[in-house]
Amino acid sequence: MTGIDFDIAHMLAGFLVLLSFLMLYQVRLLPLLNVLAAHAFVLSLSVAWQAYIQHAPHLYITAGIALVFKAILVPWALRRMVIRMGIHREIETVFSIGLTMLAGMALVALSLEVMLPLTAKAEPVVREDIALALSVVLIGLLVMVTRRNAVSQVVGFMSLENGINLAATGARGMPLVVEISVAFSVLIAFIVIGIFLFRIRERFDTVDVGALDEFRGGQR
Amino acid sequence: MNDLLVLLPPWFDPILGVLIIPLVAAAILALLPGYRISALLNIAASFGSLACAVTLLFQRPPSHELLFIDDFNIVFILLNTFIGFTTSAFSASYIAHELEIGRLTAGHLRFYHAMFQLMLFGMNLALLANNIGLMWVAVELATLTTVLMVGIYRTHEALEAAWKYFILGSVGIALALFGTILVYLAARPVIGEGMDAMVWTVLVERAHEFDPSLLNIAFIFLLLGYGTKVGLAPLHAWLPDAHAEGPTPISAVLSGLLLNVALYALLRFKMLIAANALAIAPGPLLIGLGLLSLIFAGFMLYRRRDIKRMFAYSSIEHMGIIVFAFGMAGPLGNLAGLLQMTMHSLTKSAIFFTVGHVAQVKGSQRLADMGGLTTSHPFLGWLLVAGVAAIVGLPPFGVFTSEFLVVTTTFAREPVLAVVFIFGLLLAFGALWLRLTEVAFGEVKGPTPPVRASYLPVIAHLSLVLAAGIWLPPPLVAWFQHVAALLG
Repeated sequence: MTGIDFDIAHMLAGFLVLLSFLMLYQVRLLPLLNVLAAHAFVLSLSVAWQAYIQHAPHLYITAGIALVFKAILVPWALRRMVIRMGIHREIETVFSIGLTMLAGMALVALSLEVMLPLTAKAEPVVREDIALALSVVLIGLLVMVTRRNAVSQVVGFMSLENGINLAATGARGMPLVVEISVAFSVLIAFIVIGIFLFRIRERFDTVDVGALDEFRGGQR
Repeated sequence: MNDLLVLLPPWFDPILGVLIIPLVAAAILALLPGYRISALLNIAASFGSLACAVTLLFQRPPSHELLFIDDFNIVFILLNTFIGFTTSAFSASYIAHELEIGRLTAGHLRFYHAMFQLMLFGMNLALLANNIGLMWVAVELATLTTVLMVGIYRTHEALEAAWKYFILGSVGIALALFGTILVYLAARPVIGEGMDAMVWTVLVERAHEFDPSLLNIAFIFLLLGYGTKVGLAPLHAWLPDAHAEGPTPISAVLSGLLLNVALYALLRFKMLIAANALAIAPGPLLIGLGLLSLIFAGFMLYRRRDIKRMFAYSSIEHMGIIVFAFGMAGPLGNLAGLLQMTMHSLTKSAIFFTVGHVAQVKGSQRLADMGGLTTSHPFLGWLLVAGVAAIVGLPPFGVFTSEFLVVTTTFAREPVLAVVFIFGLLLAFGALWLRLTEVAFGEVKGPTPPVRASYLPVIAHLSLVLAAGIWLPPPLVAWFQHVAALLG
């Protein structure tokens, strides 16, 4: 492997972190879904690049899943749902954007601080990839914590999962990566179908998880 | 018994039996229309898995890259298939009633039975997996199937519970996967690239050569990830809802089996950490989380108004006790933990069986609607009293033995912790006993129709727990001691 191989891998991973930050301040759902699609697209590029530099053709399958399923199908389905539910104009956020961004930066600093010394013995491409992947995972968690809407929680979960895919493909020669990415896709498909059913059956007036909590009310 | 094994055909592999029977049964049950025959087939398939698990005791196949059996997981395989079998028997009478009152339709039941077997398959696979990636996939499968069953009633509350369980469970298993990847990264420089670096038997042999700092951070993620599925406070938010809103047979397997499977996964990684002298000692982390869950659940128990929710909090409490025991470690601590896991599974599922019938009789799960059960339905009422007496740790039941072991080993080493631990136990004891007196004794409340219950599973579980409390056969004790030593 040469220096340029590392550089491209790092650039793509860093780009994913940047896109995660973009998610943090998208308060409208449709732009958030666009960022999600871009996130998955960059992930698929990154995975494909890993497949190329590691000479691991099976990783192209993971890249393909990321591209077709996560960058195109899921954002498209979620977009249709959001428009049909009429929540595309809503603005939602729990904490202030400034604070959330600061928290995001703190998380990136934390993951670099934790992972870089730990992986000091590993080869450089792995150590930075893992550190950046952890940043993506933690920011994904932050998105899930700060959002109340079910759709944006799914977006947070998917970005978290993208971070894990990044880590899994960055770890050279890890077995079962393809199987695991398929298993994750099944999980996401279930989540999306779940939201869809929630709405279709019209059991709820809103998919706002907070509202569900209120509904449960004082009866217990 | 060994003579009988000769009669088995040479191609017969009990490991595969434990996995293939539920899988095939799930496929058939998904297609069968009639609920009576499905319930029977469900019982038969669960019995088949149990029979295969029992043969594993006598004929242990060599370990394989993906599947293996050792002294540790065979305990859980047996427990899993046994409770799977008794639950399927309980479920047959439970769903007949649900069908009668129209809470479930025949279509739901087809789905329910198929999911039940698929869930057993997922749990058995997680227990048998020798590959940490495969184990993760199996835990995910078991989670997904239980999510679908928790939401089966399609009410507001059921869907909400399923959604909450789904989201929290997904985050949990995602974090567990990150931890799994880190374990692979730690193993790769030592073992080399490829499948071997994820095979548990290879990992544990060479764990002492791994980079300890990577293992430490991996364990933190695994603890958070699988810990969510175990239901440790503060990661427990999904657990009470999922137990309360799903069908009661599912509450029984959630508490009795799925929590154990997640804890089993965590313990496997604890063994890995223990094999590396330079890695952190997992003890303090486990002790801290265990005590937190115990005390938190103890206080929460006082405020419950729903009977299934109350016993769900009791499960959090017991998971706290178990994790605390494994945190104390040492031969006695681990022994107590293993015994408590077994006793809790048997007792808690027995309680859920009785609670299921009680709730069906009263037409409600609210504690306020229940009262004087020992007067109106003496047999059911006294079974509930016996179950609660067992779960709060009264002698002569088996839970008493294991809790007593935890207390004595803690007193010998950390007296302060022992005091806190006993405080937690008494807290939970008080809450459960208080509620039990209202439900079981006092004036009769609510409707009192005659009950058509299947008492056999409850009696089987409780008599096993009672027997374990009175006399544990020496070979069994030796077995448990050997496994406790493995756990380090």
